[in-house]
Amino acid sequence: MAETSTMSERSVTRFLTARRGGGSLHWTDIFSYVYLALGVALMFGPVVWLALSSFKTPAGLQEFPPTLLPLGQIERSVEGYDDPLPMFKVTMDDGTVRELAQIRRIGIIAQMVDPENPDETIKVPIASREPIREFRVAWENYTKPLERFNFLTYLNNSVIVTAAATLVTLLINSMAAFGLAIYEFRGRNAVMLFVIGTLMIPITIILVPAYLVVTELGMVNTLWAVILPGAATPTGVFLLRQYMLTIPRDLIEAARMDKASEWSIYWRIVLPLSLPAIAVLAIFSVMWRWNDFLWPLIVLNRSEVYTLQIGLNAFQGELDVQWHYVLAMTVVALIPVTLVFAFLQRFITTGIASSGMK
Amino acid sequence: MALEDTTRSKSDSGPSLLNAIAAWPVRVLFTILDVPLRGLQRLLGIRAMPYVFILPNLAFFGLFVVVPLFINFAFSVTGGTNLYLDDRPFVGLEQYGFLFDCGNYLDPTTCREDRFWRGVFNTFTFVFFQVSLIVLFSLITALILNREIRGRGFFRAAFFFPVLLSPVVVALIWKWILLRDGVLNAFLVSMGLDPVLYFVSPTWSMFWAIFVSVWAHMGFYTLILLAGLQAIPPDLYEAAEMDGTKRERVFFRITLPLLWPNMLVVIVLALIKAVQIFDEVFVLTGGGPGTATQFIVQYIYTTGFSNQVQNFGLAAAASVVLGVVLFVLTLLQLAASRRKDEA
Repeated sequence: MAETSTMSERSVTRFLTARRGGGSLHWTDIFSYVYLALGVALMFGPVVWLALSSFKTPAGLQEFPPTLLPLGQIERSVEGYDDPLPMFKVTMDDGTVRELAQIRRIGIIAQMVDPENPDETIKVPIASREPIREFRVAWENYTKPLERFNFLTYLNNSVIVTAAATLVTLLINSMAAFGLAIYEFRGRNAVMLFVIGTLMIPITIILVPAYLVVTELGMVNTLWAVILPGAATPTGVFLLRQYMLTIPRDLIEAARMDKASEWSIYWRIVLPLSLPAIAVLAIFSVMWRWNDFLWPLIVLNRSEVYTLQIGLNAFQGELDVQWHYVLAMTVVALIPVTLVFAFLQRFITTGIASSGMK
Repeated sequence: MALEDTTRSKSDSGPSLLNAIAAWPVRVLFTILDVPLRGLQRLLGIRAMPYVFILPNLAFFGLFVVVPLFINFAFSVTGGTNLYLDDRPFVGLEQYGFLFDCGNYLDPTTCREDRFWRGVFNTFTFVFFQVSLIVLFSLITALILNREIRGRGFFRAAFFFPVLLSPVVVALIWKWILLRDGVLNAFLVSMGLDPVLYFVSPTWSMFWAIFVSVWAHMGFYTLILLAGLQAIPPDLYEAAEMDGTKRERVFFRITLPLLWPNMLVVIVLALIKAVQIFDEVFVLTGGGPGTATQFIVQYIYTTGFSNQVQNFGLAAAASVVLGVVLFVLTLLQLAASRRKDEA
């Protein structure tokens, strides 16, 4: 398949890019490159913008029009004023330039104060003042939410949920796939149909009863409520079984001759041979769990059990959104999937292209 | 199957680090489990072993998917605000009657539960535009990525990247761009236009809900179509080339008909996903302004879980209705993938 597809790609593309007469570009060539360039800008641009913004100070975020790099207006605390005041470079009537802090702005007149001499207020027209900016990377956007808010807990919960759920999924899915791939037994087709059937039941249509089950089991507001219900993924069983079907039967028969137990055939022979498929499922599972939203939103109602996604949603839904923290935490939520993307992208794309499942 | 070959050929370059990290605890776990399972085999005989292997998975399926599916009906025919079924009075089809009590089905304001019908109508609008745009753009992208292009792997990855992002992250990325003082408005102002308050306007909110979800998901469908394009036998194109067939004709007579089974799969999969739209839009617009971007799943969520009075019965009835729609779409999907396999 791999070979034939590259072969077909090559000849198809050779055909498509073959040019009639001379070497002039067909309009579709130009269109393709323009489209792809725009596409890359549109796909990565917003994410890059988010990452750049996450390093700005609150003052820097308020700049309009926004600056590309983390430039922020310098603020100074001035005696007699509660909040730090923004600094401006003001050209006075006599032509001298002074650095003043702005108290308030009324129409086109700004009330300024000299930080060195806070008792005297100076009124200047706003056209004569210019903000003083500095380049400063606001690392505290990342460190403060982890200390001051519950973000470290959220992060922790997300890691625990993702790791535990993926392990459970891999174990029970591979066991089921082994049972369905290696044995002929009564009811095998019924079980396969059942597995494919559950593939069609999304969580969105069983929210209320699933919540009841989780409540009956006493798991509401514990991490188990998000780890266990989604663990038996039909996708995983299906994917692994298809792969295990290709393992030569002779291997298994030979092991049985040697008095190997069925369990050891499973984990010493079949599992190691299925590692590529298991890796695909592991990657999928990590992504599903890390990104999961609707179900955790329903069963996790207390801040100490929030996952990162739920915490982030709660934080951005507050009345006075602290965007400098929200942006930084969004970047944190984005890091694991970006790493997966950078290193394991080929596994995912082949997995999707061949199974049509996400 | 394609998966077997492609993944197996990757096994050499597989994540060996991953294996090394995973290997140790896994070995311990399996060795510990070895003793009871060996005993089980001696006790029950080898013929019982397949059942032992599939049991844990089936138990999870049963407990968290199949049992709930049936309890859902029980919820939808009972009333009150209690979660436990014993305490819920039987009300027959009252919940469904309430949902469907409309003077005129085309006008949500004449319905008793107008929030539900607004959700239904919003979902229709969303599904229509989102699925059309997804099909259109993933087809264009797949066709372009199928050409001989420098850095094709990079471009393919670029379009796929947003697929991996969580709905919350996707929504926040765009919310940040679309704010009153966001970078998009800064651009408009620099062009001499007025800034727009996107999330105050129902039309703009719906537009961005559709745009953002197309942005986030089109890469997935592009991959499916690309796989379909690469499976078209190259000799067809070679023959067409020898005959001097025009490009447009090749596209409509070879590419499109042979890609059609994949297109069907994409359309139906996208439909199934779009009908269940919730998370990105919920974080992006909160369903607002008013109910302008509130969809069916959000109706179920607010009715059952986030309202002051938790109306589980009504939420269950609405999810049964959604389930019926999805069931029909799933039958379509099965038909579509059967056509694909036959092709």
